[in-house]
Amino acid sequence: MRYCIIGNSAAAVGAIEGIRLLDRENPITVISDEPYHTYSRPLISYFLAGTKEEEGMIYRPKDFYRKNNVEVLLGKKAVSLDTVAGEVVLADGQKIAYDKLLLATGGKPFIPPVKGLSAINEGIFTFIKLDDAKELQQHAGAGKTAVIIGAGLIGLKAAEGLIKLGVDVTVVDLAPHVLSSILDEKAAQLVQRHLVGKGLKFHFGVTADAITENDGKKIVALADGTEITADMVIMAVGVVPNHGLAKDSDIEINRGIVTDNHMETSIKGIYAAGDVAENYDLLAGENRVIPILPNAYQQGNTAGINMTGNEVVYPGGFAKNAIGFFGLAMTTAGLVKDKDAEEYVNAADDSYVKLLVKDHKLVGFIRINAVDRSGILTGLMIDRVDVSGMLESLLSVEPGLIVLPADTRHSRLEGGAVTWR
Amino acid sequence: MKKIYAREEHCIGCRLCEIHCSAAHSKYPDDLVKAFKKAEVLPVPRVKVEEDIPLSFALQCRHCEEPHCLTACITGAMYRDEKTGAILNDPERCVGCWTCIVVCPYGAIFRDEGVGKVVAKCDLCLEQGEPACVANCPNAALVLKEKGGE
Ligand SMILES: Cc1cc2nc3c(=O)[nH]c(=O)nc-3n(C[C@H](O)[C@H](O)[C@H](O)COP(=O)(O)OP(=O)(O)OC[C@H]3O[C@@H](n4cnc5c(N)ncnc54)[C@H](O)[C@@H]3O)c2cc1C
Ligand code: SF4
Ligand code: SF4
Repeated sequence: MRYCIIGNSAAAVGAIEGIRLLDRENPITVISDEPYHTYSRPLISYFLAGTKEEEGMIYRPKDFYRKNNVEVLLGKKAVSLDTVAGEVVLADGQKIAYDKLLLATGGKPFIPPVKGLSAINEGIFTFIKLDDAKELQQHAGAGKTAVIIGAGLIGLKAAEGLIKLGVDVTVVDLAPHVLSSILDEKAAQLVQRHLVGKGLKFHFGVTADAITENDGKKIVALADGTEITADMVIMAVGVVPNHGLAKDSDIEINRGIVTDNHMETSIKGIYAAGDVAENYDLLAGENRVIPILPNAYQQGNTAGINMTGNEVVYPGGFAKNAIGFFGLAMTTAGLVKDKDAEEYVNAADDSYVKLLVKDHKLVGFIRINAVDRSGILTGLMIDRVDVSGMLESLLSVEPGLIVLPADTRHSRLEGGAVTWR
Repeated sequence: MKKIYAREEHCIGCRLCEIHCSAAHSKYPDDLVKAFKKAEVLPVPRVKVEEDIPLSFALQCRHCEEPHCLTACITGAMYRDEKTGAILNDPERCVGCWTCIVVCPYGAIFRDEGVGKVVAKCDLCLEQGEPACVANCPNAALVLKEKGGE
């Protein structure tokens, strides 16, 4: 049995740990086009801001590969798959034979069609890899200016890092407010107020139509006629599944690579996990890509165990996020909007809690400056607990377990039930 | 593995467990008075008393077999201790992103921004021997035992 994993991030590490739970013997080969020991991708903004050194970014200790008996090929790109022969072909021509394969190739930046963009050779960045952060750091500094296209998590994380370096930052987004996939209007207002207070400038409800260059400066022309001049432009509109390798094979792809509840693709013996894969969203009730790290790890881990021939099921997941900007903390989970859900809100000057309840079950929440113990709510969502009698407590700034019905509470105290698998 | 179990019918809501937990994780783990008088910042307790008279109980990390926190941790700071199976946090690596807080279904992870931006969670007082909350509960409302055991 030979295991091969393409990718070296959360999903890959989850898989290695899953395989090694049950199979200490058979060889694992990991292929990554990034030249680094596995690192925490979310930390690239900390690195950019200078609050984390490169050495401090490792996602697993230095002896991880050795301890787990993994051969890693770093800085090597897989360019094609031969699913019949069972081989991965690398850019340098090397072929890696496998019996079980995991595609953990993650996401890649989505670059929208902006006129003039492809003609510019320097000063245009994306922000999803350590190398992106390194390059950006080279260009950033006090007195510099940047335009960030996209006010989602990645765009705002880049913005925070740049502001801390003294860069003057303007963020542009087609949506009417920041973080439109996880916040509602009210919550976003609170966050924006905080960010504006830290020096960020915003243009909402407008696209960047064209980029031109003049004397090294980029001029970004917005659809409403505004022109912004900057030293650098960061494209952070979104991340899409990086499924290029599977595209040229018979592996079924929808938005992401389609997987079953064992994380196996349409081809037996080939698995996919993480930002590249599509799987069941427990709350939306359909298959989706949910590009967050916890899901990547859990999917990878599930794939790994199944690759050993043992069977475990991935129960599905949903989005959950904890985000902080300049000390403002928020947590969100599940759905942001649902026409069939009732909404309950507890808004104060500096905090905001919103719950989405459907058929007496919690299906989503937003908690700004009210993050403490918010996992209790996530647990109730997983367990599909009837929350009718406890809304007041769940809306409070710090919820507790004491409001749970006695049997659920006792099972919590015993440490039963809500494991992720 | 042995974990701490709450016996809500014995809990009197005195919060001594919280106080001793703070002290046990301060610079003066053996001396409550010194801990409270001398420590510049007191660590946040890793056990939480919830109270709605007459009901009260104290809860800390369940050291799950399939922990949400460990799989969700974005940095790898949350790990399983190989020897004991306890789920521990490495404050050197933790960046205080609070992702583990949004996934722990027990609400057993706390923000501790006094000593740095990190989380505080129960470590079973592995370094001290017996958990401070268990040792100091005046009414034996917290017990360290195997699941289902005495
Ligand atoms: C700035 C930023 C902040 C984030 N913050 C958070 C956060 O706070 N919380 C959260 O939950 N999530 C966050 N995320 C998302 C999170 O990082 C991802 O969900 C997670 O990394 C996905 O893991 P993965 O293993 O699926 O793929 P990835 O981390 O994308 O890794 C895939 C790897 O495969 C490699 N690869 C791809 N193709 C090939 C090939 N052909 N050959 C060889 N190697 C290849 C890639 O180079 C990459 O190294 C953030 C992301 C970014 C960019
Ligand atoms: S912190 Fe929460 S999720 Fe993690 S092991 Fe403890 S109880 Fe389980
Ligand atoms: S707060 Fe610390 S332990 Fe929790 S997920 Fe973030 S880095 Fe990991």
